[in-house]
Amino acid sequence: MRVAVIVFPGSNCDRDVAEAIAQVTGKQPIMVWHRETTFFDVDLVILPGGFAYGDYLRPGAMAARSSVMRHVLDHAKAGGLVLGICNGFQVLTEIGLLPGALLPNAGMKFICKPVKLKVTRTSTPFTGSFTKGQYLDIPVAHHDGNYFAQKDELSRLEDNEQVVFRYENNPNGSINDIAGLSNVSGNVLGMMPHPERAMVHGKTRGDGYKLFNTLMEMIR
Amino acid sequence: MKAIVHVQLKPGVLDPQGQAIAGALASLGYDEVTGARQGKVIELELSGTDHALARERVEAMCGQLLANMVIEQFSVEILD
Amino acid sequence: MSDLSTPTPQQIAEHGLSDEEYESLCEQLGREPNLNELGICSVMWSEHCSYKSSRIHLAKFPTTGKRVICGPGENAGIIDIGDGDAVVFKMESHNHPSFIEPYQGAATGVGGIMRDVFTMGARPIALLNALRFGEPDNPKTRSLVAGVVAGIGGYGNCVGVPTVGGEMNFDPGYNGNILVNAMCVGLARADSIFYSAAKGVGNTILYVGARTGRDGIHGATMASAEFDDDTEEKRPRVQVGDPFTEKRLIEACLELMATGNIIAIQDMGAAGLTSSSIEMADKGGVGIEIDLDMVPQREDNMTAYEMMLSESQERMLIILKPGTETQSRQIFTKWELDVDVIGRTTDTGRLVLNHKGETVCNLPIAPLSDLAPKYDRPWKKQEPAPELNAEDLPQRDPVDALCRLMVCPDMASKRWVWEQYDRHVMNDTLADSASSCDGAIVRIHGTDKAVAISSDCTPRYVQADAYRGGKQAVAESWRNLIASGAKPIAITNCLNFGNPEKPEIMGQFVQAVEGMAKACDKLSFPVVSGNVSLYNETNGKAIPPTPTVGGVGIVKALDHVIGFGGAEVGDLLYLVGETSGWLGSSLYAREIEGLSGHMPPPVKLSVEQNNGKFVKKAIQQSLVRAVHDLSDGGLACAAADMALASDVGMVLETHDEMPNHAWLFGEDQARYLLAVPSHKLNQLQRLAYKQHVPFVFAGEVVGDDIKIGAARIKVADLRKKWEGWLVKYMENIHGNAGE
Repeated sequence: MRVAVIVFPGSNCDRDVAEAIAQVTGKQPIMVWHRETTFFDVDLVILPGGFAYGDYLRPGAMAARSSVMRHVLDHAKAGGLVLGICNGFQVLTEIGLLPGALLPNAGMKFICKPVKLKVTRTSTPFTGSFTKGQYLDIPVAHHDGNYFAQKDELSRLEDNEQVVFRYENNPNGSINDIAGLSNVSGNVLGMMPHPERAMVHGKTRGDGYKLFNTLMEMIR
Repeated sequence: MKAIVHVQLKPGVLDPQGQAIAGALASLGYDEVTGARQGKVIELELSGTDHALARERVEAMCGQLLANMVIEQFSVEILD
Repeated sequence: MSDLSTPTPQQIAEHGLSDEEYESLCEQLGREPNLNELGICSVMWSEHCSYKSSRIHLAKFPTTGKRVICGPGENAGIIDIGDGDAVVFKMESHNHPSFIEPYQGAATGVGGIMRDVFTMGARPIALLNALRFGEPDNPKTRSLVAGVVAGIGGYGNCVGVPTVGGEMNFDPGYNGNILVNAMCVGLARADSIFYSAAKGVGNTILYVGARTGRDGIHGATMASAEFDDDTEEKRPRVQVGDPFTEKRLIEACLELMATGNIIAIQDMGAAGLTSSSIEMADKGGVGIEIDLDMVPQREDNMTAYEMMLSESQERMLIILKPGTETQSRQIFTKWELDVDVIGRTTDTGRLVLNHKGETVCNLPIAPLSDLAPKYDRPWKKQEPAPELNAEDLPQRDPVDALCRLMVCPDMASKRWVWEQYDRHVMNDTLADSASSCDGAIVRIHGTDKAVAISSDCTPRYVQADAYRGGKQAVAESWRNLIASGAKPIAITNCLNFGNPEKPEIMGQFVQAVEGMAKACDKLSFPVVSGNVSLYNETNGKAIPPTPTVGGVGIVKALDHVIGFGGAEVGDLLYLVGETSGWLGSSLYAREIEGLSGHMPPPVKLSVEQNNGKFVKKAIQQSLVRAVHDLSDGGLACAAADMALASDVGMVLETHDEMPNHAWLFGEDQARYLLAVPSHKLNQLQRLAYKQHVPFVFAGEVVGDDIKIGAARIKVADLRKKWEGWLVKYMENIHGNAGE
């Protein structure tokens, strides 16, 4: 599996996710600086967590307009896989690859804690080896994870079964408990929880590992 | 020339900061406050003198970057 | 304001220099300074920069050791942790700014301490903070807590360095002066550490980072003055932090460091361009000439005075090897940071500033640093505090007392705080505030080693007896590291006191320092960095003396990491160390009996060492399932912590010859509570016997209740109360959560 991790000046989970990928695939992903204008040919593009441009203006707003994103759009439109984690999810909504927007948490505070996620869509390359209704333990760490979509948009994405993960105990006020969302065809996934922080669970493999491993098997 | 852009959450989008402001004002005894919405103001210094053109371009800026049309609305003032 | 004019007496007074100091300055210069020069001298001679009241006493700290690479005097201390790795750390106060503007004050405190660490070539890997607030009922406390916590989180979370631990206390003594002490730990290679000595003449001085604005002018002198009712007016002086710039600055500086282009590097902290340039010149034995027109400026028409005294954040000064300017610039440009050559080193030994075609300052370096005033201020020895006799206190229901202690503001769960901190970014956090471990544990990336970090001080002890209290702060830090499976190596400290010009306050300072020095010496736990914050007074009322200790230890193998959350039903509880039932200045005395100011517990350092050695062996030989150091609230509170963290019940033994309150809540030092699996007991007992360590049966792990004699409480109920207090307090719900 060939993977690219996009690095914005304020990304701070880029190294963590690159190491998670290396752990699963045995291969270092390529790190792509946000100003990159030349094409890179990979199976999966990851938009990592962090504060791409300090979250100034709106989280993800400026990152969505950087030059590398044109390639990410083309890659997604051609059916390539895109995973946006936390800040990456915010970038994906800002650029319109995913519907809706991420608002400040209802409690107006940053939240860093483990959460339980329910898998609600398995027809994506990210979740193909999970079963519907299965629970995953993956932590969140964000200030703006409160997913919002206007009514008709929301019913449309529910009808299309685009919701991939829902919170068991909603930590941030997200509408319909949405924690992770894909596009209709399932090749683009945005999620607030951090799978790269769930690589181990005690002495065994964590659910984040399982998610990346699923991806690798799906592609192979 | 200067443009003043007001960006605000659309009606119906939850605004916890606005709620907190309304709550705090009420607890200070300002009973007349029945609601608050928080937004942001962005001041742009512009070259040129054509107000109509400036407005057109600033509105484009809003659509492209300054506001997220999924959740926000904006208004533009052009000043000399 | 003409900056070249000779200052008026009023201006001299406004700059905080005494008449003697001003005279001495003129004598050293051979003339009167102009206003620019006065501004520069006044910050360099301020308490904050010169340590004029504390220097002679700080010299009492042991600062060397087998593993010490760099002791006090640089931006941060450095220890060798083997395999070519080094750990760089320091703690620093940001008390005054945080009281005036809690969010920005705390945020910039975090930013400043991170810069001290990455300046030395280290990537920051952990943040901690020690916070002291006024009493919860004080009308300002709630918003100060909210602002400080949000500021710490807002900065650290964005930069992407985990906030892994800290402490938080409430006391009426901090009503007018809160304490925000931030600590940063970084990781470097031992062979590529960067210092601030600007060695060599004719080298380029590079300014990088954010532009200079009119922020925080005279922050350093503000940090060296008491508050009064007019302090509100000082508000505009507080700086605003930009964590996004800090993040880029870290990456860019580390990238530049890897090129080998750097001769010296220094962050612009308190007193900004002034102190950074003077310190670099002083250490390098050179002069410096700066062209102020080249300084990147954020505002129009800035004067030389303003530029030199600005405390705009996220700025660095770098001395480059000749010929590397272009490559160096490119790195900062890539990270979208301002960068400009602003001057060069000279052989004059002077600081020369040119602005708009004029020389606006021409000062010799030495009087500003080495020759700055140094005082041996008069100090008064504390009267010995009275002892508190446990027999004189009434008998009470021990479980009720335990609940009251666990729910008091100092002990109640701080979940509301630490859930706002990203504790896991960088993916190396093994134990954080959520983890029920006496120290925070952060893995050395890619290895099987870790650092353990802890922050400690018991101000009520220091208040009652500064010498004992100072000793205890160091001992507790050492004990916390032992109890988390680490070998304690060295400390940083942040010494927060009142006005040193008062002999009784100076007495607190001197005795606390001597107590700390004694403990550091005996425990081989040297001081490698630190910070002094004096004048923490409002309307003449000083804070409780608070010498915060930030201890760092090494965990050699990750298997050694242990906490107090691992106890299992069937385990036996054993108490390590001697219990006399010492209640003077204890949490019990304060919370239950309303008593304070009695003699705190003695700290016997050889016993501390011996007991610690035993516990370390027990951990390394896997003889225990959970370990907790005994501190606030003694045995019963340590047991309750363990029960809550392990989600198990406990039956605690009472003592035949001691009142319950003394046995259960006494705060004798050098003690640990162990949860021992029954099949390991024999082996552990033999080890205790061999090491001559008091090892006493204290109870067992059983059921769902904490039970003492006939009294009991469900662990689940205790948890509700313990978790509830801070949440309810911050949500402004009235009524005592403990009721």
